Amino acid sequence: MSILVVAEHDNTEIKGATLSTVAAAKAIGGDIAVLVAGEGCGAAGEAAAKIDGVAKVLVADNAAYGHQLAENLGELVAELGKDYGHVLAPATTTGKNFMPRVAALLDVAQISEIIAVESADTFKRPIYAGNVIATVQSSDAIKVITVRATAFDAVASEGGSAAVEAVDVAKDAGKSEFVKEEIAESDRPDLTAASIVVSGGRGMQNGDNFEMLYKVADKLGAAVGASRAAVDAGFVPNDMQVGQTGKIVAPDLYIAVGISGAIQHLAGMKDSKVIVAINKDEDAPIFQVADYGLVADLFDAVPELDAAL
Amino acid sequence: MKVLVAVKRVVDYNVKVRPKSDGSGPDLNNVKMSINPFCEIAVEEAVRLKEKGIATEVVAVSLGAKNCQEQIRTALALGADRGILVETDEDLQPLAVAKLLKAVVDKEEPQLVILGKQSIDGDNNQTGQMLAALAGMGQGTFASEVAIDGDSVSVTREIDGGLQTVKLSLPAVVTTDLRLNEPRYASLPNIMKAKKKPLDTLTPDELGVDVAPRVKTLKVEPPAERQAGIKVESVAELVDKLKNEAKVIS
Ligand SMILES: Cc1cc2nc3c(=O)[nH]c(=O)nc-3n(C[C@H](O)[C@H](O)[C@H](O)COP(=O)(O)OP(=O)(O)OC[C@H]3O[C@@H](n4cnc5c(N)ncnc54)[C@H](O)[C@@H]3O)c2cc1C
Repeated sequence: MSILVVAEHDNTEIKGATLSTVAAAKAIGGDIAVLVAGEGCGAAGEAAAKIDGVAKVLVADNAAYGHQLAENLGELVAELGKDYGHVLAPATTTGKNFMPRVAALLDVAQISEIIAVESADTFKRPIYAGNVIATVQSSDAIKVITVRATAFDAVASEGGSAAVEAVDVAKDAGKSEFVKEEIAESDRPDLTAASIVVSGGRGMQNGDNFEMLYKVADKLGAAVGASRAAVDAGFVPNDMQVGQTGKIVAPDLYIAVGISGAIQHLAGMKDSKVIVAINKDEDAPIFQVADYGLVADLFDAVPELDAAL
Repeated sequence: MKVLVAVKRVVDYNVKVRPKSDGSGPDLNNVKMSINPFCEIAVEEAVRLKEKGIATEVVAVSLGAKNCQEQIRTALALGADRGILVETDEDLQPLAVAKLLKAVVDKEEPQLVILGKQSIDGDNNQTGQMLAALAGMGQGTFASEVAIDGDSVSVTREIDGGLQTVKLSLPAVVTTDLRLNEPRYASLPNIMKAKKKPLDTLTPDELGVDVAPRVKTLKVEPPAERQAGIKVESVAELVDKLKNEAKVIS
């Protein structure tokens, strides 16, 4: 039985979530092939060949896959996936976008955001904002699965020497067209990969006040996140939202500032190793999950923290 | 242009769901049920399209047990014109829901189908994409902006890196993200009016769809509990603990 892992990449480099997805594939067991579909993605294909534990790399280099359009990628992966027992992709916005199409085209269920592999057909996944963990078993011949990257330790990106094969399949569904992208540029580490995350909530009051958090983050080499309320209010962009319906993070240290700790927010960060909460309301639910809680006005505490670092 | 919206009955987002003590499933006894928040955003978007004169009719569809009628009535009170319930007591999984919706789409022939990006019970984030694939349509998932332009729709999507805009030919599927709009509250007169709007019932048999589950839940359990922490008195104590006790900063 073999496993197809669909890589997340930017045509040049393989994204970290792919390495965690390969780790999940290893836990299932079997030969692992990695598909790199993109446009001008040869370098990413070469990088995939070095991933530890990968037997084969398939490179589908075609304009149709340039922007990872779900309609085109879905058809490609469904066609290639027929030859595999499992098809895996990271549960990123890219994976979440095309993988259900793959499952539907193969007429199988998708198992979303697994956090553990029990056996080749049985997996654990969070439901109800992570308040319940379900163990689910699939009866389909092909298992289509997205993987929560924070739940699996990434395999090494070096050390492998897989054979690279070109896949000459051009699937252009002709339903969709890429128009534009506004990608946030930042010198800070990626939110989902950072070992320290500092997040701000509605208590920050406005976008300018987030500067205080950026200063602390830069001293710590941290990424900056936010609650939904801070994003909805326009303090910060959507890609900073942590939670059930935003990004899932599990850093070594998570510092929640002016965040109350709604279940939807906790769903995105409660697997962090150490949680710090700074909130002026001593009854805020965030303190129930915090290892270190500081009841204080953030406008005093954050500048003090900045000075102490 | 006809717009179809899917609405799901789910546990209210304020409820912290726990597993039953025997691990057989989530404990849903006496919990408050509501329309899935993302579906509410979908209804709002469809109604706004109608108010702008772009949509001519908004049809709200729900799938599941008889009591899903309540959520259809909510959608009707928010401004949808009529409802369809695909009634079944089977535990409907996303693939089955997508197949049923595909059958409804074949009957109704909408130009746009709007769904929530995920339901807050199963957290699957699959149905819209599956429907789009089965119906051979393009998809604009995680939408924060939807603009109809002749026979196409531009959708701005919330992605991990920021925002992406795609253009889809109609008919197409859109799934909503949180920033698409802020749903209105239903007024009392509209709630009364909604009771008189048409609501048809269909069954999976009538639609010719096999809804047998593909995935079996073997057990459910609570997540790992976190150890209760401590309160620190000052920033200095906090920094000291982080450096010397937790050793997460240097
Ligand atoms: C469908 C759905 C999906 C959702 N998804 C997410 C998600 O993915 N992520 C997410 O975060 N939320 C999500 N939410 C929203 C969630 O329910 C909460 O509304 C949100 O997390 C609250 O954000 P907050 O803690 O910043 O704001 P609030 O709950 O308003 O809390 C603000 C906190 O700041 C504190 N504060 C205020 N001023 C100060 C000060 N000067 N000093 C110190 N503390 C101060 C207050 O005491 C309070 O505890 C979702 C909700 C729904 C319905």
